[in-house]
Amino acid sequence: MTQTQTAITHPTQDREGPVSAFLRATEIDARMLGMFGALILIWVGFHVYGMIFNGNGAFLTYRNLWNLSVQTASIAVMATGMVLIIVTRHIDLSVGSVLGVTAMITGAAQVWIFPKVLGLGLGHPLIWILAVLVALVVATAIGAFQGMLVAYLEIPSFIVTLGGMLVWRGAAWWVTRGETISPVDPNFALIGGGPYGSIGVTASWIVAIVVCVLIVLSLFSSRKQRKRFGFPRRPVWAEVFIGVVGSVLVLGAAYVANNYPWPVGIVKQYAAAHNITIPEGGLFVGHGFAIPVLVAGAVLIVMTFIANRTRFGRYVFAIGGNPEAAELAGINTKRMTVMVFALMGTLVGISAIIASARLNSATADLGKIDELYVIAAAVIGGTSLAGGSGTIWGAVLGALVMQSLQSGMVLIGFEAAMQQMVVGGVLVVAVWLDTVYRRRIK
Amino acid sequence: MNANIGNPHNGATPLVEMRDISIAFGGIRAVDHASVDLFPGEVVGLLGHNGAGKSTLIKILSGAYPRDGGQILINGEEVQIGNPRDAKAYGIETIYQTLALADNVDAAANLFLGRELLTTWGTLDDAAMEAEARKVMGRLNPNFRRFKEPVKALSGGQRQSVAIARAILFNARILIMDEPTAALGPHETAQVGELIKELKKDGIGIFLISHDIHDVFDLADRVAVMKNGQVVGYAKTTDVTKDEVLGMIILGKCPPNAIRGPGAID
Repeated sequence: MTQTQTAITHPTQDREGPVSAFLRATEIDARMLGMFGALILIWVGFHVYGMIFNGNGAFLTYRNLWNLSVQTASIAVMATGMVLIIVTRHIDLSVGSVLGVTAMITGAAQVWIFPKVLGLGLGHPLIWILAVLVALVVATAIGAFQGMLVAYLEIPSFIVTLGGMLVWRGAAWWVTRGETISPVDPNFALIGGGPYGSIGVTASWIVAIVVCVLIVLSLFSSRKQRKRFGFPRRPVWAEVFIGVVGSVLVLGAAYVANNYPWPVGIVKQYAAAHNITIPEGGLFVGHGFAIPVLVAGAVLIVMTFIANRTRFGRYVFAIGGNPEAAELAGINTKRMTVMVFALMGTLVGISAIIASARLNSATADLGKIDELYVIAAAVIGGTSLAGGSGTIWGAVLGALVMQSLQSGMVLIGFEAAMQQMVVGGVLVVAVWLDTVYRRRIK
Repeated sequence: MNANIGNPHNGATPLVEMRDISIAFGGIRAVDHASVDLFPGEVVGLLGHNGAGKSTLIKILSGAYPRDGGQILINGEEVQIGNPRDAKAYGIETIYQTLALADNVDAAANLFLGRELLTTWGTLDDAAMEAEARKVMGRLNPNFRRFKEPVKALSGGQRQSVAIARAILFNARILIMDEPTAALGPHETAQVGELIKELKKDGIGIFLISHDIHDVFDLADRVAVMKNGQVVGYAKTTDVTKDEVLGMIILGKCPPNAIRGPGAID
């Protein structure tokens, strides 16, 4: 076949530095690399600052990194959905309030309704499952409803969700007339993390190894696919490089999580409950991955799959690139809008579960101004507000960058007012840098 | 309105017939009782000034606009075309003046937009789509290599060939080309001309829309001229001169060798 032969010749550029040659071979986005660089800079920067001015660098510790992962989870989950919303040229300002009302309804359901009305009794294993379902259904329904207003009544999403921001925050208060629901169901609370809400050392290693195997398998299968049609492929060393870096990151995360020990008090309690005698010098029990982090990881994988491998994802990007063309290609853009908002709702539901479980209570204020952090995470992660471009990965990294800044400033003792100013400034600078980068790449 | 308007195929059934089509936008009659038809292997040039209603008429056929009145017949049978999907189901493919490409995705994704190839798992089969894209693009534009780039990075001619490839990829029987050469250089325009001749041989009927008579005259078998939403007249390109057609476009004057439409003045 002549076709295949001509296809194999790769367009070679005349002048190419080693860096761009490397990036082209590995197909790594330079932006992504920049974000990783920024993240490392922030981490090391806070650590060194702490060492110099406070006498101890508290940032790069197992404990802080583990906490960071848990704190990022809720925002990261919502940011993956916000990417799709922004890609389709919409915005959702209501996510924080929807999180609030969903958490309140879920809290009321699991504390007041399921144990008493259904007669399940406190701590029944069905309660947390039903509570999770309630959260997902409520948030998805709210998202779909707002999506319908945007799609069929053609009200701008900015207005619909700005209204939603006020309406759902008010609704969150009305659920209990402002009363905080605490504590939540003990099984439900595990989804928020904590010593018992982590999966432990052995399970963490197993999860990490499974993810590594998946990385390698997916590299293999995409290479096989391209071979099947005789398309240009990455050089083998580049494939190996990506596989190794990906695996090292995952295993490194497991190592960090496993080295953060349970607090002494919890260990004593646990030992007493399980008739274990604590040896001389204390018993080391590692946390391992926290459940909310695993949930966020699963969301990351599923959302990446949806965005890249399904028709739905393809249509989302096509609509963002040219809504009229998408319509002319026969895509039902109105239905797609509803689905994108409904999916955003589902993700808000997941975040509501994580946030209220982590706090072990539901309050009417839960999730306040989360919408801004979520949008900022997506935008810092490279989602263009003009629509049409953005990555799920980027948004999760963006959420991690935001949370790192926030935690770092707390650790080194910045005042709250200062923290806000820095986060706001970073958002503006990040978007400016991105604009400069995009212009240069053209 | 009589069928077989000014066509050379007396008695045969046209591939497409649009009868008495009307559409108004807020009181303005963009298309006013216009009728056109098209036979297999025929190229019909639809001419007129900007705003004459030709693009609007054709968007009704491609399902982009709902008509207010009139009938559409495909192979002599009346059909309902309510959206672009319906039109595609009848083998009607359109190359829009704006190209209607999603700029942020690559050529293969654009070619298969709305009709993606799926794996047995129900996921996108990008490799298979790219293979098909390479095949069809190899036929249209053998030098095309930029399969991995979003189409906004492509040149005008390359974008045009993506739009054309999308239209012919799915075995269209009826092809609508709205100003297909507007963005092209002379070499690429000639290429499109060659392509049209080739498609004609395969028995595909083509509506060629242009405000520039020179683009169309040599390629078309017949022309239909529109002015102010009405059809001025129909003519075989062998029966009339370019000047006469120009007179139809500009003045709405129907020459003796042409068949008068409702929009003719004099």
